[in-house]
Amino acid sequence: MGRIRNAAIGLVIAICAATPSFSNEIGSAEDGETLWKECKSCHAIGEGAKNRVGPHLNGIFGRRAGAEDGFKYSNGLTRMGKDGLIWEFDLLDRYIENPKAFASDTRMSYRGLKDEQKRADLLAFLRRYSDNPGDIPEAAPTVAGTDHSVDPTILAIQGDPEYGAYLSSECTSCHQLSGENDGIPGIVGWPAEDFVIAMHAYKDKFRPHPVMQMMAGRLSNDEIAALAAYFEALDS
Amino acid sequence: MKINRRLFMGGAAAGAAATTLSAPMVHAAGHGKPKVVVIGGGAGGATAARYIAKDSKGEIEVTLVEPTRSYYTCFFSNLYMAGFRELGSIAHSYGKLAAEYGINVVHDWAVGIDREARTVSLAGGGTLSYDRLVLSPGIDFIDGAVEGWDISHQNAMPHAYKAGSQSELLKAQVEAMPEGGTFAMVAPPNPFRCPPGPYERISMIAHILKDKNPTAKIIIADPKPKFSKMALFQEGWGKHYDGMIDWVGPDFGGDNVSVNPHDMTLTIDGEVTKVDVCNVIPAMKAGKICDMAGITDGNWAPVNPHTMQSRVDENIHVLGDASSQGDMPKSGFAANSQAKVAAMAVRSALTGSKLFPAKFTNTCWSLIDTDDGVKVGASYEATDEKIAKVDGFISQTGEDAELRKATYEESIGWYAGITSDMFG
Repeated sequence: MGRIRNAAIGLVIAICAATPSFSNEIGSAEDGETLWKECKSCHAIGEGAKNRVGPHLNGIFGRRAGAEDGFKYSNGLTRMGKDGLIWEFDLLDRYIENPKAFASDTRMSYRGLKDEQKRADLLAFLRRYSDNPGDIPEAAPTVAGTDHSVDPTILAIQGDPEYGAYLSSECTSCHQLSGENDGIPGIVGWPAEDFVIAMHAYKDKFRPHPVMQMMAGRLSNDEIAALAAYFEALDS
Repeated sequence: MKINRRLFMGGAAAGAAATTLSAPMVHAAGHGKPKVVVIGGGAGGATAARYIAKDSKGEIEVTLVEPTRSYYTCFFSNLYMAGFRELGSIAHSYGKLAAEYGINVVHDWAVGIDREARTVSLAGGGTLSYDRLVLSPGIDFIDGAVEGWDISHQNAMPHAYKAGSQSELLKAQVEAMPEGGTFAMVAPPNPFRCPPGPYERISMIAHILKDKNPTAKIIIADPKPKFSKMALFQEGWGKHYDGMIDWVGPDFGGDNVSVNPHDMTLTIDGEVTKVDVCNVIPAMKAGKICDMAGITDGNWAPVNPHTMQSRVDENIHVLGDASSQGDMPKSGFAANSQAKVAAMAVRSALTGSKLFPAKFTNTCWSLIDTDDGVKVGASYEATDEKIAKVDGFISQTGEDAELRKATYEESIGWYAGITSDMFG
């Protein structure tokens, strides 16, 4: 009952535009609505919204990744959903920042939004269309500041490809060098920066998957850079 | 070198086929390249041979000795029994290792090792010399481990713990069971190859019987009070095969067992049961070539965790099931992981390539029923004492069907990954 009432309030608020109590928390929904124009060519939101080029975004907060009925997602997002990824503020924030680094095969052809404030504004807008918006982002157990980009000094590390070649032998017990993508995603030819961001997302346990969290968890920054250099240079 | 040449001449006299087989050895001996002989073409040996050949770029002459031309992986052989895989899909040949990696593949049995002379003698009469020897022979069974059973009874009571004809035989026996019949398994004591293997097999046998023979019964006599993924299997057995499986642990005599392959009976704590199929998985030890080489301590061959070198002879590396290394389970994944550490150490010793710190990983997937996959895994590092566990994970009871299906699909991806990592 409570959920239905909250949803109804959410809808009313959406119609009447943002209230200060929301915008104070994560960003300006009004500014977000302006940013939304760029998303609108593919995504719909609000009453009666349907899947289009991208899935509709009603109720995106708290939705399982890759799980909206009737929409065909990339293998990567579908897999993350099966592994238990539920969209919360921090994860959406990371995804919007650099979609391809988050899910390398995502069908969302969007280069990402680097400006932290703009992301917060956009998410403030999106959250109006989800249940219990007041619980977000406080409900996310992983909230740890809002700057999720990998430290530039880490991104700047030049990996040793010879070390990467040795380390990669741990990866190739599962990931095929042919780039085959069945059951386990292919990782050859992946841009080094995306690779590094993705591995750090596993290391920080933002990306779900117990095997990858364990593998990334014990790799040093230099080792991740070495692997990134090695895999980037391989042709699939 | 002399011996090689003489044998080669003998082989040439015997026939053209022998000439083809022996030629690369003579070539190697004549050019003084460092030589590595790998014994055993499974997850450890095939991987080691491939990585040494690939990464040394022709600087090391690699010979792989493996008796079978068609290698059946033990992993996924349980899935074959339940009809989830064709037998052909778990069979692999060594053609690519020979053609694409220049590995001299010799289909023969290694029957002796002279550690002083650094030579391996083959059942077919040949001798191979080595600078480094990699032993990855897998397991053999301990004689007398199950009262009433020895290897001569493997047709009446198959072990099916080396894949291939034994897997076919056990599958055929299960499918021919009379309605309401009894399948029995004698499970092995620790340590043994593939810790979840017997219990995945029980799941797969139950899957067949639920469909074809739903009143049949399954008994497991187990000397161990606990087994790998126990909570996950027991949850799955209750969910999918309720009332069909009777697990008899040591508290109820599972450690006091004998069999009679002539009468097809299983005796647990003095109580005799007539059974229709009996899968005897005896206690295990390192493949017997390790004993012949004199590098075992008890049942297994102890190794240096940094390089997988034998504690007895630094010119020999021991991989996988046969080694005694510390915390890693005896699994194909573990052997594959150890092989890469050994390959790096061998190259470093023979060609001076860089030596990086050893890292090891293992993950074991098991299938409980259609689309109900679970996994357990860990990462490891080398300490002076042993391969030591760093971190690990295991599937949880109560996981939803989507995740279990994803786990099964992941295992199929892993199979494709590891077999191309082994065989090219």
